[in-house]
Amino acid sequence: MLSRTFKDKIAKKITQVLTIFLLLILVVMVVVLYYKSEPTIKTNSVWKLLFSSEWRPLAGKFGFYSFIISTVYVTLLSVFISVPISLLMALFLTQNAKFCVKQVVFPVLDILSSIPSVVYGVWGVLVVVPFIANVLGPCFVDYTSGYTVCACGIVLSVMLIPLLVSLLVEIFSTISKDYVDASASLGATRWQTSRKIILRKASPGIIASVMLAVSKAFGETIAVLMVCGSTVKKPESFFDSCYPLSALIVNNFGEIMSIPMYESALMFAALVMFIIVLIFNAVSRIALQHIEKSLKL
Amino acid sequence: MKLKFFEEKLFNCLMVISTLIVFFLVGSIIWTIFIKGFNAISFEMLTKLPSSGFYLGGSGGILNAIIGSLLIVFGSTIFGLTVSIPVVYYLNVYLRSNSKFSYFVRLSFDVFYGIPSIVYGAFAFSIMIFCGLKTSLLAGILTVTFLIIPIFVRSMDEVAKSVPKDLLDVTYSLGATKLETAIVVIRKIFPGIITATILSVGRAIGDTAAVIFTAGFTDNIPVVPWRDQVATLPLSVFFQLSSPVPEVRNRAYAAALLLTVIVLLLSLCGRFVTSKFLKNIAN
Repeated sequence: MLSRTFKDKIAKKITQVLTIFLLLILVVMVVVLYYKSEPTIKTNSVWKLLFSSEWRPLAGKFGFYSFIISTVYVTLLSVFISVPISLLMALFLTQNAKFCVKQVVFPVLDILSSIPSVVYGVWGVLVVVPFIANVLGPCFVDYTSGYTVCACGIVLSVMLIPLLVSLLVEIFSTISKDYVDASASLGATRWQTSRKIILRKASPGIIASVMLAVSKAFGETIAVLMVCGSTVKKPESFFDSCYPLSALIVNNFGEIMSIPMYESALMFAALVMFIIVLIFNAVSRIALQHIEKSLKL
Repeated sequence: MKLKFFEEKLFNCLMVISTLIVFFLVGSIIWTIFIKGFNAISFEMLTKLPSSGFYLGGSGGILNAIIGSLLIVFGSTIFGLTVSIPVVYYLNVYLRSNSKFSYFVRLSFDVFYGIPSIVYGAFAFSIMIFCGLKTSLLAGILTVTFLIIPIFVRSMDEVAKSVPKDLLDVTYSLGATKLETAIVVIRKIFPGIITATILSVGRAIGDTAAVIFTAGFTDNIPVVPWRDQVATLPLSVFFQLSSPVPEVRNRAYAAALLLTVIVLLLSLCGRFVTSKFLKNIAN
């Protein structure tokens, strides 16, 4: 019979190996994606891939510029819409709201965060796209199909709100109550306290949360694909259709085998997304951990 | 009236308005899906496989997608649990809590969590080609497993961290090895395991981008996991919504309704478990 301490040692080794194996997958992902995209990088330089908008897969010309710009527009728009709403809501929940209000709001946020992205897509097609085509669009431009940067931005911003609110509420509630009390005793109103104490104290945390939201918006695929319009052209305004990187990858995987180099080019797109998300995530997570430590008095 | 009181009023108003906007959006989403779905859903849809001409408006149902989604969720949850419970155990029992390595591991899982599912899909697709595996149920299950492992690890770790150190010390002082302490620890974090499972099932069932590459789509129920493709609910919504035929689009709404109801129920269960059991852990 195996001795008890020996079993214990084996268990330790197994769990350790498992942990390290999972960490290695991150590395393997980079290696595989790079290895797969190498042929494209060799024939077109990285500079050309990122900053040329010449997209002719049959001729082997892969310029991702218009896709990258689409992604950037969509991401920025969604963050611009969702950040003010989330900030105000998080302040409301931590400073003003009564207990019974919180009892209602948090489950609603839960629901929002659990809805699958394809359902957001359906909602986008049924509600947001007609709204833009018939109501919002005509105020600004002559004609728009509704499948636009704007639609992507709105749908994405709804998806970001639960993430942002939960992060911000966590940060705001780590700020010591003493600061708030001290400010109130000096005669500041609640909003003055929020603006001058809470927002200022939490500003690094807010930036880190926004970065996390950016990286989530960056990688969101199906909902965006359903409302983006998928035209290979650099969007000129918010009411033009667009074609973000993630949508490009999903939409074309069926043709991967029929066009040479296509797979490699799409893997390059995946690699770009992976690296950007990895950096944004790592930086903001590290920052958030430091901030939460420093905010506790 | 002083400016500061005016400002206070204004921003209080804005805060309430922003909360109402969010309520309005949630209401709009749920309302749209329910209204559209209820008109389309029927008993036949839930219990029949697609028959010929289904995608042109023929008869049949989405049983293939329902069964497929359940298979993928079931498989990946089992795999995910078997991999992530040991990892959480290693992090919280074998490793000292303040070591550099445990900090690094937790950070990596946080980063893991943020990787978009489309990247997982592309990665898994390359690996599959490399191994000579075709798009199949098994490939789909494995990809979704990797997608949900970070959720398992992160949420179980949160609970496991709150297990009092004294409790572990007591078991050691009675002569238990760290492995034998598992009986105590697992029992203590069991509600956490359930919450984590509910969270992961929610994510696994709703994920589209990873399975579109790896699981394929089919009108049949898969028999051999490594050979047969499998349909999933989100993909069934996605494919049918882009159809020009109104009947087919209606089915997409019905599938979306089904998906939403499942996810809402899961979220309700999660809230119930958390409120019922989690407060007992710390003491």
